[in-house]
Amino acid sequence: MSTDQTDVFALEAREALEAARREGRELAETERVVAMVEARTPQEALARTRANEANANSAAPGSREPMMINLGPQHPSTHGVLRLVTELDGEVVRDIHPVIGYLHTGIEKQCENKTFWQAITLVTRMDYLSPFFNIHAYTQSVEKLLDLEVPTRAQWLRVMISELNRITSHLVWLGTSGLELGAITVFFYAYRERDRALDLFEMISGERMNNRYFQVGGCADDMPPGFEKLLRQFVTEMPSRIDEYEGMLSANPIWLERTRGVGILPADQLIDLGITGPALRAAGVDLDLRKARPYSGYEHFDFTVPVGTNGDAYDRYLIRLREMRESVRIIEQCLDGMPEGPHIADDRKVVLPPRGELATSMEALIHHFKLVTEGFQVPEGEAYSAVECPRGELGCYVVADGGPKPVRVHMRDPSFVNLQALRPMAKNAYLADLIAMIGSMDNVMGGVDR
Amino acid sequence: MSVQDQIKGFGITFRTMLQKPLTLGYPEVKTPVFPRFRGRHQLWRYDNGLEKCVGCSLCVAACPADCIRVVAEENTQEHRVSAGERYARIYEINMSRCIFCGYCEVACPFDAITLEHSYELSERERDLMVYTKDMLLTPAPKQPPLRTEGQRV
Repeated sequence: MSTDQTDVFALEAREALEAARREGRELAETERVVAMVEARTPQEALARTRANEANANSAAPGSREPMMINLGPQHPSTHGVLRLVTELDGEVVRDIHPVIGYLHTGIEKQCENKTFWQAITLVTRMDYLSPFFNIHAYTQSVEKLLDLEVPTRAQWLRVMISELNRITSHLVWLGTSGLELGAITVFFYAYRERDRALDLFEMISGERMNNRYFQVGGCADDMPPGFEKLLRQFVTEMPSRIDEYEGMLSANPIWLERTRGVGILPADQLIDLGITGPALRAAGVDLDLRKARPYSGYEHFDFTVPVGTNGDAYDRYLIRLREMRESVRIIEQCLDGMPEGPHIADDRKVVLPPRGELATSMEALIHHFKLVTEGFQVPEGEAYSAVECPRGELGCYVVADGGPKPVRVHMRDPSFVNLQALRPMAKNAYLADLIAMIGSMDNVMGGVDR
Repeated sequence: MSVQDQIKGFGITFRTMLQKPLTLGYPEVKTPVFPRFRGRHQLWRYDNGLEKCVGCSLCVAACPADCIRVVAEENTQEHRVSAGERYARIYEINMSRCIFCGYCEVACPFDAITLEHSYELSERERDLMVYTKDMLLTPAPKQPPLRTEGQRV
């Protein structure tokens, strides 16, 4: 085959591709990308890239083949192990193809082999930045199936700890997304406060992360002595700390340049894609499950839901900062009006009997043995319940067959759903803005892959 | 950028230099933990020297990570190890599997196993991560300082 002939073929191929594009078919391109994505070994990927290069060289002058770049999975700006196969035309991103699954641990499947009680320790590990929200969604679903009433104090404890968790999660987001855009100072400032909040988690739950504090029926333990004082110190200092972050970023010319007007999608498209949380609220849609479908006693708290106007990365930043202020307000209200009462429901068929009764009551000991070895029976049925996690609607769908183990535990993780918005956002944007978009969406890969 | 801005900027730097650092010089200084912190396990004895563990395997049933192995045996007149009828001949915890959820502690009806505060648990070999009963019966050699109630870092 002569060179001329090859050129003719390439021209024809390009024309066919152009025709397909005009008609809205992108078959050939999609297939090529699929081949790139499916390349498992480095050698294979190299061979494919070479073949692509050969194709590109043979194309007629003036036609531009997009360059394929692998962004991630091991890249500091991808928030964990997210791989983006990026089609670049110079500095402009023509298309991205997210490849996920690098952090897949099969948690949903593993839950089917554990009792309802044991599964709590698994679901907390999914979205590792918001462990309390994961368990909250799960326990709520199980409580719905059991028709179990959670005591008011337990509900308030849950709200208090959840809001503290929202602050720590937003602080990680603020620190890391600042780091990606070159603002290193804010990272240290944000992690300074986060560590104090983690201390509080350690104090109340015994662990700094992956806490198994919420249990079916309430919370594992009450507040330890001294906790209230420390938490009050934290929330009184926090607003001035948020002022500090705002002082560093809100009017920072570099920050404004990098985030304003970046990653805008119209609100109806965001709704179509199922986006929830700060990313949706930044576009002006007032949807917060704490207000829309109050759970765990959120209707008793006085707080506002921050809503943006432009829906760009800057708006998302502003909304998260304002959400932290609202969380501080909710925690203060929790501390002021914490109702008296038990921290866990008193249902001997579901909840472990109090520690003190084991030595004195034979009945308590029998219940204890039965609950630990067999687990509690959950009546047949299915339940879905959702909480407003720092990233959006975190729902848990549990199917039970009357036995002690769940038949199916499915999580609707907002990180996973929100990742969909990245592709329409990134089209025809600059590569540098793609980094700002990934940061502003705040996807946690532990939640995406589960 | 004017001279004033620079003075303002360096002002923050010098002010911060005078503050007490928030970080700890680990590993020379050990991070203190709160009383509820869950670290290395420990098996307990009664004051008369008998083991509290009776080998009922409730901890094994509760463990979500399947990291505990218990083989029970009957106590005899000549060889009495625990206070109950039976005792744990083998009690092993695979520390590399443990997720420190504390369910074993919750499950144990005799308070025989608790999670103590020691958190420096690395070994050079994987086999050494399987803690035997003798290791678990002796307290951890290095105990981190305990944070008093309401104490800030």
